[in-house]
Amino acid sequence: MARLERPITRRQSLWLLAAAITAFTPLAQHMPLWLSAFAGTAFAWRAWLTLRGGRLPARWLLVLMVAAGSAGVFIEYRSLFGRTPGIALLLIFLSLKLMELRAPRDAVVTVLLCYFLILGQFLFTQTIPTALLTCTAVILTTAALLAANNDRPSIRQQLRHAGSLLLQALPLMLLLFLLFPRITGPLWGMPEDRRSAVSGLTDTMAPGSIAQVSQSDAVAFRVAFKSAPPAQASLYWRGLVMPDFDGRAWRVRETREAYTKPPYSQQPSEQPSPENKPVDYELTLEPHGKRWLFALESPLILPAESALTRDYQLLAHQPIRTRQRYALSSSPAIKKGLADPVDVLRASLALPANSNPRTRALAAGWRKQHGTGNGADAAIVKTAEDFFNRQLLSYTLNPPLAGQHSVDEFLFDSKRGFCEHFASAFAFALRAAGVPARVVAGYQGGEVNPVDGYLVVRQYDAHAWTEVWLAKQGWVRIDPTAIAAPRRIDSNLASAIPATDTPPFLMREQMPWLKALRYRLDAVNNGWNQWVLGYDPQRQRDFLQRFGLDPDWRNMTALLATLCGLALLILTFWVLRQREKMDPAHRAWRRFTRKLAKRGVVWQAWEGPDTFAARATQKLPGQAEKIHAIARCYANLRYARHASYADTPPNDGIAQSHGVAHRKTLANGLTRLNQLINEL
Amino acid sequence: MQPRDQQALLSALLADINRIILGKTEPVRMALACLLAGGHLLIEDLPGVGKTTLAHVLARVLGMDMQRIQFTSDMLPADIIGVSVFDRASGTFHFHPGPIFTPMILADELNRATPKAQSALLEAMEDRQVTIEGQTRALPAPFFVIATQNPAFQIGTFPLPESQLDRFLLKIELGYPDAAAERELLAGTDRRQMVAALVPHLSPDQLIQLQQQVRAVHASAALIEYIQAILAYTRTAPFWVAGLSPRAGLALLAVARAWALLAGRDHVLPEDVQAVLPGVVAHRLRWHDGGPGNTGKVGAGEATALQGDRTNNALRAVANGETAAHLIEAVPLP
Repeated sequence: MARLERPITRRQSLWLLAAAITAFTPLAQHMPLWLSAFAGTAFAWRAWLTLRGGRLPARWLLVLMVAAGSAGVFIEYRSLFGRTPGIALLLIFLSLKLMELRAPRDAVVTVLLCYFLILGQFLFTQTIPTALLTCTAVILTTAALLAANNDRPSIRQQLRHAGSLLLQALPLMLLLFLLFPRITGPLWGMPEDRRSAVSGLTDTMAPGSIAQVSQSDAVAFRVAFKSAPPAQASLYWRGLVMPDFDGRAWRVRETREAYTKPPYSQQPSEQPSPENKPVDYELTLEPHGKRWLFALESPLILPAESALTRDYQLLAHQPIRTRQRYALSSSPAIKKGLADPVDVLRASLALPANSNPRTRALAAGWRKQHGTGNGADAAIVKTAEDFFNRQLLSYTLNPPLAGQHSVDEFLFDSKRGFCEHFASAFAFALRAAGVPARVVAGYQGGEVNPVDGYLVVRQYDAHAWTEVWLAKQGWVRIDPTAIAAPRRIDSNLASAIPATDTPPFLMREQMPWLKALRYRLDAVNNGWNQWVLGYDPQRQRDFLQRFGLDPDWRNMTALLATLCGLALLILTFWVLRQREKMDPAHRAWRRFTRKLAKRGVVWQAWEGPDTFAARATQKLPGQAEKIHAIARCYANLRYARHASYADTPPNDGIAQSHGVAHRKTLANGLTRLNQLINEL
Repeated sequence: MQPRDQQALLSALLADINRIILGKTEPVRMALACLLAGGHLLIEDLPGVGKTTLAHVLARVLGMDMQRIQFTSDMLPADIIGVSVFDRASGTFHFHPGPIFTPMILADELNRATPKAQSALLEAMEDRQVTIEGQTRALPAPFFVIATQNPAFQIGTFPLPESQLDRFLLKIELGYPDAAAERELLAGTDRRQMVAALVPHLSPDQLIQLQQQVRAVHASAALIEYIQAILAYTRTAPFWVAGLSPRAGLALLAVARAWALLAGRDHVLPEDVQAVLPGVVAHRLRWHDGGPGNTGKVGAGEATALQGDRTNNALRAVANGETAAHLIEAVPLP
């Protein structure tokens, strides 16, 4: 095959270089610096070879470079397998493959490597910009593949051709995307080495820790309510329960799952009212690398792969490393923990010795005042609330640093604090008075995006509050922050803090256009997350059910096979029709040339019948007569007057009658041609 | 005229010419095809290789009157077309027709004249009429111009622009004769005497009839498609400044028809197109700067590789600047 041995032209190598660079660039940020330098050198070398000419590097040098590169990867990652080392290795191969572009075969290998690496980008990020970048890279790489076969068209033509090819592939892509049976888990998930989330709540709450989280405007989760969302002030997204206090920080204790089903249920006796009506919603949680899930109080059903701890903390079985979506139904009026074991309650009374003496003294006074009778605990809670109210505590993002007795300092000296100070002090005071109390952390509020109606909860909505155990009521939520800064709960953080504090960037109200733009962008991002990245088995089922299809995987496979088969069938018909259009004389000629090719005379596509016949008879003198007869017959059919099919006059009256006669002579000629070829 | 007689006549005619122009069968046949196709011929070669003789011989055997115009740098359009002179006796202007009113013109060393004089001839060639002082005068039919041109690198020449070159249906080169032909030429009788002794084979009417027959030669849809493929290729390939014009396509088809007729066929084969391709395309396709072999699109290293690669003639032709040879092998038959 002389065609395949054609050397690679300058244009072709420039195309390949461009494809390689676009495949490499987005990956560079995930690779060590030396690898970028390695590839950059290779690219520059290739460009120099192409533009200035010169010898390709010798094979032994390439082998040496492959070895050096692979050794580098191994030293860097201590492995040649896995996501990042694998991609790094491929990048080395790609940059060195450019050094041995000799034949079209090498071009094809380069292009395939590029495709693979472009796909590799999705192992790192799956955002919309990545997808757009990938589309561009795929078009460019396809154009390079086209150029490898034919480098004559201009850059624009090449790109347009590549684009139209990819557009033609779009229906098939959609079909596969929608119908290919999905497995649970994200499309691109590689659990073993995903980096963990950067911001979010931690399992410890020390003074200042939530204020720090509040500086981030990253999305924590998004919520789609099935009906009207509850009032802003009741949106307490309960997350972590912290019963342990060491004098400074509150900690999570329970990480063991206790209940796979909620141990409480909606009291059937209660009349459904707006207050206790269950709220249905779907929550899409951004990965945060920890196990806890967030929900409104109190979930009636648990998401798959999750359980409740003994203090009703909702935990997933595995850390949340990919975006998760779960449907929930919460009823706000549930009493939980009515029958909590004594050890849990006792743990909720524990206090470190010798800390915060002033608060202890105050709380002891409350207990003395109310005694231990029925309802005494509730009265103490009321007194504590009153006390918080009287102290004129102020809510601020920048509280003074806490010393040894952080609660005392907050309540009696500085009187300035963020939600963790309020929660911590309140829980401490109640414990000191002998009422079981604990700190709960999570998020409060959120912002409804008017574009798509999703409630977006960001890190700056992080909040801490307290839960108090009362007889016959179980654990009751009390938010001491609401006492001092009710606007934090009713609207948001920015409106509750004093004007001298700087609210998180996205919360500032000065730029309405920016806000509108942000809403739109966020809606687009959310749509992408929900429908493209989050197209999981559940979504697939929903989609198919909308068309009345049974979303069983067998049915899905059958449907996919049927549709693909149908598409192939249509394509086959189309190709066959194109073939039908081929002059039958020419088809016979091709048969003849195939026959001669087997005897060592290969027809060149540019050779006219006489030229070919002359050359063929030189090699096969025995067949000279027949070959010449065939060539003459073919030439007559195809080039002589009114001979070829394509020549038959158009459909007008006079020409039609001629056409019949011509067709007859033509048919005769064709029969003869085929006969001659058969005899050969 | 019966087809058989006609074929005999054309063979006799070619034989007569080849008796005088020795060893140049192919260019002679091309020249005749050009004439039969009704176009004008450009011969580019060094002085003394027989350009003028070829013109003389063609004129004689075809029975056409011939005038020779020797182009010089001080030539004016009137020297070609003619002038109106005031006749004192009759008191009117009287037109003295120039040499252009002759069926066959030999425009010798066309590129020595200024563009002004050149264009006077070229416009007449294209329109087959001249307009002098508001009066249009038709040129004789058949009308045939053979222009000769020295290779442009010679001193004191005005190379013809591409747009003008396009008006010549064919460009041929004669080249030095081979040893055998040259020996015969040196030993044989004087060519001038031989030309004078030639007998015309055709009358002007017969020539016009032949030209009509050429136009009637059949070109099948498949063949038209082939010509289109060639045109399309020249327009997309990176080697040339510009592709072939539609006029060039018409020229290619016309000469191929004449070539088919000379071969005694009533239809064109791809081989006819391929045979006349060098004469039709060589002067119409200009290589990119830097000349063939270094077209600016093929890297230097790759070009050497092309020349080394014996398996691919099409690409080697590019490296050598053989336009037609490349076209033939690069464009597959439909």
